[in-house]
Amino acid sequence: MERTTIDLWFGAFVTAGFAALLVLALKVGNLGAERATETYKVEARFDNIGGLKVRAPVKSAGVLVGRVDNIHFDNARYQANVILALDKRYKFPKDTTASILTSGLLGETYVGLDAGGDDQTLVANDRIAITQSAVVLEKLIGQFLFSKAQEEPAAAAPSAGAAAAPAKLPEAPGTAGARKK
Amino acid sequence: MLERLRRPVASLGHRVIEGVWRVGTMARFFTLVLRSSLTSVQRFRLVMREVYFTGVLSLVIIIVSGLFVGMVLGLQGFETLQKYGATESIGVLVALSLVRELGPVVSALLFASRAGSAITAEIGLMKVTEQLAAMDMMAVSPMARVIAPRFWAGVISMPLLSALFAAMGVFGGYIVGVVVIGVDNGAFWSQMQAAVDFRYDVLNGVVKSFVFGIAVTVIATFEGYDAPPTAEGVSRATTRTVVSSALTILALDLVLTSFMLRGGGG
Repeated sequence: MERTTIDLWFGAFVTAGFAALLVLALKVGNLGAERATETYKVEARFDNIGGLKVRAPVKSAGVLVGRVDNIHFDNARYQANVILALDKRYKFPKDTTASILTSGLLGETYVGLDAGGDDQTLVANDRIAITQSAVVLEKLIGQFLFSKAQEEPAAAAPSAGAAAAPAKLPEAPGTAGARKK
Repeated sequence: MLERLRRPVASLGHRVIEGVWRVGTMARFFTLVLRSSLTSVQRFRLVMREVYFTGVLSLVIIIVSGLFVGMVLGLQGFETLQKYGATESIGVLVALSLVRELGPVVSALLFASRAGSAITAEIGLMKVTEQLAAMDMMAVSPMARVIAPRFWAGVISMPLLSALFAAMGVFGGYIVGVVVIGVDNGAFWSQMQAAVDFRYDVLNGVVKSFVFGIAVTVIATFEGYDAPPTAEGVSRATTRTVVSSALTILALDLVLTSFMLRGGGG
């Protein structure tokens, strides 16, 4: 079969096109980095997931160990049911804590895992029992204002003096916590 | 008085009916192209020749404009991100906007004006000079011999061109962001890789450009095939190819994006 210049150009064009796709997949995208790894799914229930999204990272000690696979609302418990797809290479104790965290003030929301001390490890379809909800900034400000308002009369009282005000302070987070419950 | 009111309304109605009619004819034309595609597979050399004319010759404009678009995105993105102290995210901004939107859309617009208009003019002139009629006389189907190879060449070239455009754009963004402005190299690539997902972003972009490739080549070949066999007719058909491909690309982009974002669940 005789060769023509058109063949050469066609070959070069298709090769260049697929090379560009490969660059997009490997260098720009995340193919190969984590898609190849196998995962197991565990469940966690949260009172409030804040701005957590599907495919958000799951980190332990700051290292990416999985991704959020699915989020849905549990209408029986009025809680958020979050399915985490964790990397098969990493094993976590049964009493691991899952908390919803934010990287930086404006950063992305992610799920942080803090390993416990249990001998047994989480297996597929297990549930993480201990969870900590997202910190909602508005609620935090509300609590802060509430506790400020409570300590105001004590600080304003002239006879109480300087000693009374600091004594009042440690109570403030306690009352805030009680209110939250 | 009534007559003066009636005329614009009548002409508007005429245009609408004409447009709907053309859509129907184009759909019939599209199925006819698909039905006469067997020759394109059997004589793949015909398609390769057209890939050379539509794809390879569009490489220069695609690569150069991809590079410039990426550089501009880098500059503009840096300017805006600087206000939020998030200049490291420039890689994310450049890569996501190129892979999801600008790569498929801008390369399809360029493809329509570079290759689509050429296809229309070529087929239209073939009709004017009665080459298509002559083929028919010799029992060679112009659909299988002329139209279908051009259609498949466009469908093959478009995703590859769009991938090249996006890759060159990311490279342009890298030149401006990392080399010229001095954003950290590691943060540029790692944040990009963390944010760009292969399936939801890269593959969806490829799907988009595939659809645009079909739309542009169907419009271009149809306009050429349907052109009135006069000099003016061919020139009008060429203009119509560019205008209606551009509008179709942008409208399809809106539809596809809304489907993909919902499916992505992001």
